[in-house]
Amino acid sequence: MVRTADAVVIGGGIHGCSCAVHLARRGISVVVVEKDYVARHASGVNAGGVRRLGRALPEIPLSVAAMGLWHNIGELVDDDCEFVPSAQVRVAENEDEARALEERVRLVRDAGFDHEVVIGPEELRELLPAVSPHCVGGMVVSDDGHANPYRTTMAFKRKAELLGVRILEQVCVLGIDRRQGTWRIETSADPLQTPVLINCAGAWGDHIAAMLGEPVPLRAYAPMLMITARMPFFVKPVVGAQGRTLSLKQFANGTVLIGGGVRGNAVRNTNTASLELGGLAGNARTAAQILPTMRGARIVRCWGGIEGYMPDGIPVIGPSQQEGAFHAFGFSAHGFQLGPIVGSIIADLVTTGVTEYPIGPFRIDRFDSSPQRQSNALT
Amino acid sequence: MKSHYQLAIIGAGPAGMAAAAEAAAFGAASVVFDEQPAPGGQIYRAVETPAAVDRAVFGPDYWHGSKLTKTLRDSGADYVPGATVWQVSPTREIGVTVDGSAMLLTADQVIVATGALERPFPVPGWTLPSVMTAGSAQVLLKSAALAADGAVFAGTGPLLYLVVWQYLQAGVAVKAVLDTTPRSNYFRAARHLAGALRAPQYLIKGIQLLRGINKAGVPLIRGVTDLRMLGEDAVSAVEYQRGGDWQRIEADQVFLHQGVVPNVNLSYSIGCGHTWNEAQLCWQAITDLWGESTVEGIAIAGDGAGINGALAAEHQGRIAGLGALYRIGTIGAHERDRRAAPARAGLTAERRIRPFLETLYRPVKCFRVPPHDETVVCRCEEVNVTAIRKAVAVGCVGPNQLKSFSRCGMGPCQGRLCGLTVSELIADLTDLPVSEIGYYRLRPPIKPLLLEELAELQAPAAME
Repeated sequence: MVRTADAVVIGGGIHGCSCAVHLARRGISVVVVEKDYVARHASGVNAGGVRRLGRALPEIPLSVAAMGLWHNIGELVDDDCEFVPSAQVRVAENEDEARALEERVRLVRDAGFDHEVVIGPEELRELLPAVSPHCVGGMVVSDDGHANPYRTTMAFKRKAELLGVRILEQVCVLGIDRRQGTWRIETSADPLQTPVLINCAGAWGDHIAAMLGEPVPLRAYAPMLMITARMPFFVKPVVGAQGRTLSLKQFANGTVLIGGGVRGNAVRNTNTASLELGGLAGNARTAAQILPTMRGARIVRCWGGIEGYMPDGIPVIGPSQQEGAFHAFGFSAHGFQLGPIVGSIIADLVTTGVTEYPIGPFRIDRFDSSPQRQSNALT
Repeated sequence: MKSHYQLAIIGAGPAGMAAAAEAAAFGAASVVFDEQPAPGGQIYRAVETPAAVDRAVFGPDYWHGSKLTKTLRDSGADYVPGATVWQVSPTREIGVTVDGSAMLLTADQVIVATGALERPFPVPGWTLPSVMTAGSAQVLLKSAALAADGAVFAGTGPLLYLVVWQYLQAGVAVKAVLDTTPRSNYFRAARHLAGALRAPQYLIKGIQLLRGINKAGVPLIRGVTDLRMLGEDAVSAVEYQRGGDWQRIEADQVFLHQGVVPNVNLSYSIGCGHTWNEAQLCWQAITDLWGESTVEGIAIAGDGAGINGALAAEHQGRIAGLGALYRIGTIGAHERDRRAAPARAGLTAERRIRPFLETLYRPVKCFRVPPHDETVVCRCEEVNVTAIRKAVAVGCVGPNQLKSFSRCGMGPCQGRLCGLTVSELIADLTDLPVSEIGYYRLRPPIKPLLLEELAELQAPAAME
């Protein structure tokens, strides 16, 4: 039996579920197709950072808008998602890094945003009493935060279902075909028919894009994380580093999560993420050098989630070159915070054809090197 | 220690020691990593240097272990005691910590011989201090000759009676034995008696143990259908139900036991395929005739691939060792098969008693799937039955989602103490077979690792 809906979202991660919530709120009937189960991959197992700090410039307007939604996340999805407002700090380990941070803050300020602030050694120590003596300063956003990623994605899922969205788990998309202005989607279960198709397939987003005739150079990796046994409280903000890969936070239960995007290997067809121990060791070294208290931490578990990376490090968001199709994938390991707003942007594009946010930099044809694209770029 | 070995064996119990002896006999460059300070595994723990206890306490079966440890020491394999293997990758990269320093090395073949652990025994109060397992009672006796007078032992299974007997032999008083073996098991087991009689040594030993316990005048209370441990800061009493009535025994030390199950943490974390063994009520790695798992170059020997006991583990170790030698290319198929033949015959003989034991000592459901709301399932994160029921009620379909829902299984033990209970409990709540529920996806490190150890991790190339 063919199932029909006003819109079909492919992918049950945070972006897919957020699109479903925002579309359903606008009265659109939605089916979400998920090949595994909701929050199985990057959306469920990421570090849960909710940060504007250090975002790529094109992402800042979206990130700032998302932050507004995060601070009232309960109103959107009826769950607090364990969102904890907290400062996020990026530590400078030498004067060069401190200067780079000052430069960065100026750049962001010139673009019209003032959430990032440079701090000196005293302020750094006030914020991070446990920081190593060699650190000279940092950059701070005082009201960022973190949340529980699995719980958040599940909250979006439950809210979507409450609004009437059908979520089909363990259903895989096998093929996409356009007939008379309608998408026919062949799946491992019943086929789906819809005028609007939304690709939120994350690390598999390139597969769906290719089915739409829009190949993109996405690479899948497994950003790695490790968590420690409970420790006495010693750090409040989420800690990153300017010169090295690090993101470290201590939860209310005392455990400390260390990540930041050191990549392990992902094998997409078997859903396996394997760890790269050399990378984890480097991550551990960074944590121990910036926060020496961490030396004695007991690591309980390391893992990786499969994530899609674009070559320029920013996602694909916006309309497809095909009519009636939209993309939101390839968030390159920093999509979690954007989840609440991206769903709203896609819902606006679907219902009104426009969005108030500058999504030009995220268009899918930016990787296209074909002659036609080149000439489009010239005109 | 080298940065690369032809064969790496993890665990120096009977399976690991036998595998090492076999491999070293053919000159394969081998290493044996073991967590303990001396070889022997749990079964032959401290067999080389027993605490100041009379040899007779442990019986002749235990002393057989000293032959094996001697073989290991003479084998020429690098034997590394005090080694914590915290990761083995599917490509046989091994992360191990010795004396506080972590290193990485590689091997052409790996034999996982990490043995068994005691089945969780989730009853109210099982997390109270001074409630321990019968296995740990034995460890105290074997390695330190520390044994508490007047303990209560409760549960079922050969090890329970063995440890009680050993305590009595050592002159340590035992207050009572509460036997949870259901009466119906005796009738069911009778069917397997004929097979068991082909391995009469085990039956005779069992009868001797029970007779010894009886003779010492220890109350052996059979037909116990429910248990709870009481106490404030530590256990002070055990209450048990028998024939519908609750009785109480004051006790400041309780040892619980209801059999042993494969220790699957390492094999799961490597990514080996596992299967639910309904007869033994446990997960076990899937292995072929040579002990090789579903991951190429990774073999599982001994109780880790299903419970068969110490002597069977020795045979399995030999077989796995020969299989690895063949895959390395050290021996041909003919040599391998010829040398494995006696071990196979021995293994078959050892397995004869299993159907009888598995049926007789099959733990009853109420001690595996805790019926009481407040019973703690995950000790590390203090998750109780109610929390798991709630998670399942809101759509949690398996152990991995349960971690995210409730933190169950996310503590330092990596699910060793709750994994089986969780699989069976979710199966019971969802009315699905346990085989469909599955087990935790296990993440390295499978043993806690200090951040500074990881930070100073030495790559194989840097080691030499």
